[in-house]
Amino acid sequence: MSIDVTSSREPPKGASALAFRSGSANERAAPSRQREKSPTRGRKPKHLTIGRVGLYAFVAVAAAFFLLPAVVMVLTSLKTMPEIRNGSIFALPESFDLTAWVKAWSSACTGLNCEGIRVGFWNSVVITVPSTIASIAAGATLGYALSFWRVKGADILFAILLLGAFLPYQIFLYPMVRAFSMVGLYNTLACIVIVHVIFGLPIMTLIFRNFYAGLPVELFNAARVDGGGFFRIFWNVMLPMSTPILIVAAILQITNIWNDFILGLVFAGRENLPMTVQLNNVVNSTYGEREYNLNMAATILTAAVPLLVYFVSGRWFVRGIAAGAVKG
Amino acid sequence: MIAEATTHSTARSQGAGGQPDKSRPGAAAPADGDSSVSVRDLDIAFGAHKVIAGLNLEIPPGEFLVLLGPSGCGKSTLLNAIAGLLDISDGEIWIDGKNVTWAEPKDRGIGMVFQSYALYPRMNVERNLSFGLRISGLPKAEIEARVKRVSELLQLDGLLKRRPAELSGGQRQRVAIGRALVRNVDVFLFDEPLSNLDAKLRNELRVEIKKLHQRLGNTMIYVTHDQVEAMTLADRIAVMRGGVIQQLGPPKEIYRRPVNRFVASFIGSPGMNFFDGRIETTASGAEVRLDGATVPLDRYGFKRPPEGGRKAIFGIRPEHITLGETPPEQFTTHGMVDLVEGMGADTIVWTSLAGAPLTIRTDGDTAIRPGETIRFSFDPANACLFDAETDLRL
Repeated sequence: MSIDVTSSREPPKGASALAFRSGSANERAAPSRQREKSPTRGRKPKHLTIGRVGLYAFVAVAAAFFLLPAVVMVLTSLKTMPEIRNGSIFALPESFDLTAWVKAWSSACTGLNCEGIRVGFWNSVVITVPSTIASIAAGATLGYALSFWRVKGADILFAILLLGAFLPYQIFLYPMVRAFSMVGLYNTLACIVIVHVIFGLPIMTLIFRNFYAGLPVELFNAARVDGGGFFRIFWNVMLPMSTPILIVAAILQITNIWNDFILGLVFAGRENLPMTVQLNNVVNSTYGEREYNLNMAATILTAAVPLLVYFVSGRWFVRGIAAGAVKG
Repeated sequence: MIAEATTHSTARSQGAGGQPDKSRPGAAAPADGDSSVSVRDLDIAFGAHKVIAGLNLEIPPGEFLVLLGPSGCGKSTLLNAIAGLLDISDGEIWIDGKNVTWAEPKDRGIGMVFQSYALYPRMNVERNLSFGLRISGLPKAEIEARVKRVSELLQLDGLLKRRPAELSGGQRQRVAIGRALVRNVDVFLFDEPLSNLDAKLRNELRVEIKKLHQRLGNTMIYVTHDQVEAMTLADRIAVMRGGVIQQLGPPKEIYRRPVNRFVASFIGSPGMNFFDGRIETTASGAEVRLDGATVPLDRYGFKRPPEGGRKAIFGIRPEHITLGETPPEQFTTHGMVDLVEGMGADTIVWTSLAGAPLTIRTDGDTAIRPGETIRFSFDPANACLFDAETDLRL
């Protein structure tokens, strides 16, 4: 059941990522090719080479491949049900009909409740904001401690954390459910926030540790000679220099936590179910006819937040992926 | 090797009362209060790798000591240990009569200047200077007074509101020095402070640091791999290699009487010329037989009476060789010129002696051309002789 949700959200994500990658590849390729030529043969008028045509053709095909599902989603969401039943999926809607969007937002039924997925939207906001802040705070502190304060066993601790980043978290679900219900936190907002912080910790620590490992250790030493303690140096010297990586971490955590399905389903409790879970309920609550337009609208609404984050922060996002990948 | 350093240390270091050898038996006892910084039997190991082993160093108050050596010789490690930025494996560090071996850097009474300036990038100059003072909770008026005094001393008055990124390299390093000065401490540590600057600025700031030391009279420990900085700044130089102080003494002594071949080759530019030879005793004293030349050593100051037949390395500095005929007590020979390097004020002439290349430093407007045969001479009293096996001075 979760397959429906992820597969319908995947295409726009892939499309934007590809756009960043191919864009930067072009920028890099073009000047270097000119530089190679200019010293030997002098300046030549720009013209299309076969390689260049092939490259653009590939980019266009790839973009179409990833964009088409998104286009179909948007088109379908704007159609009425009779239109959907009769027409081709690529046909333009006869009129731009927003009723499906309004219904998805405010009156679609998720199980027995018929208040739309706006409930899930606000639940997701309430889960994402504290989880993002707390996991970044924890990861930054831990990354700082691991890279500057040579704690005994720091390397082992870091290796264990890294291992945590690669283990599928499904295997932790049952033990964690038991643990949380023992302390009486199970199915609460605090529970899901704590879970997100725990699962976000490895990647956050990795990102911040790598960032701080790139800062000169002399800066830290200077602050120690000046009398700074653990938190003083962190707060007054290191954090003010961390703006780029803080942005990157925020992007990663917002998108990860917003897109999460299984943790929200298992730990959040019925009152706090995030938007992804609500979306699934909308799509799978069938009374007679499947309302494709409503499903499409609800899906786009759910994907809107991560999409917005990607579009607004494309450059930072690519940098964030690199920050996690290069040294890790 | 430490013993070597000890035998060659000067009257001044003896006056400081902290002879490494003497202090070794009772190293644990807080023996002397006259040393500003005292390092006793210091061991530093990174894992199984010993970087510094059994190092002793006494620095009297007000001395400008330069730790000189190639990269990886342990000089920065020693400085960081004195600063408390590095955990030591064994031994003691005393500063101003207090055992600070396990004290935090801030409690050691030191100020430190780093190679990369290490200014806090998001604070302006004023806040950079006052950061430590604000942490220690000094009254605002006192902080302002100290920042004002230091910024006047280092001509930073107009820059107080600027961020480090808006400063030139020289200005940044002056701020870094200022950050050490505001702490009002007795001991300043410099970790290669000038090596990130271009040649002109480096010379200017070197002079400024020298003036600063003359004015303030604080103890300064200065790490560098640049022999010019060492020679110009130091009261005493400690030449280090492999975590061991090879020689400790005033610049002139290091230059004139290097204790071993390493020190001889490290100091001087271009470096000392070396030739393999053999010592033979003669009626009037001794001589060294090189491959095709024999240099009389009657005027050479041997540490011990020379033994005949001993393999030795003969060294002579390029600036101690003169072109042309000279008084009879000098050794004169000739050779063919291979290369002439003009350096403006000086000219370096490359020729050969006893089958090995030889450089001669002569004045800038010489007319010598490659291919010519020249006569040159030197006073054997200026030469250095080292044992071929131990590399130690004979």
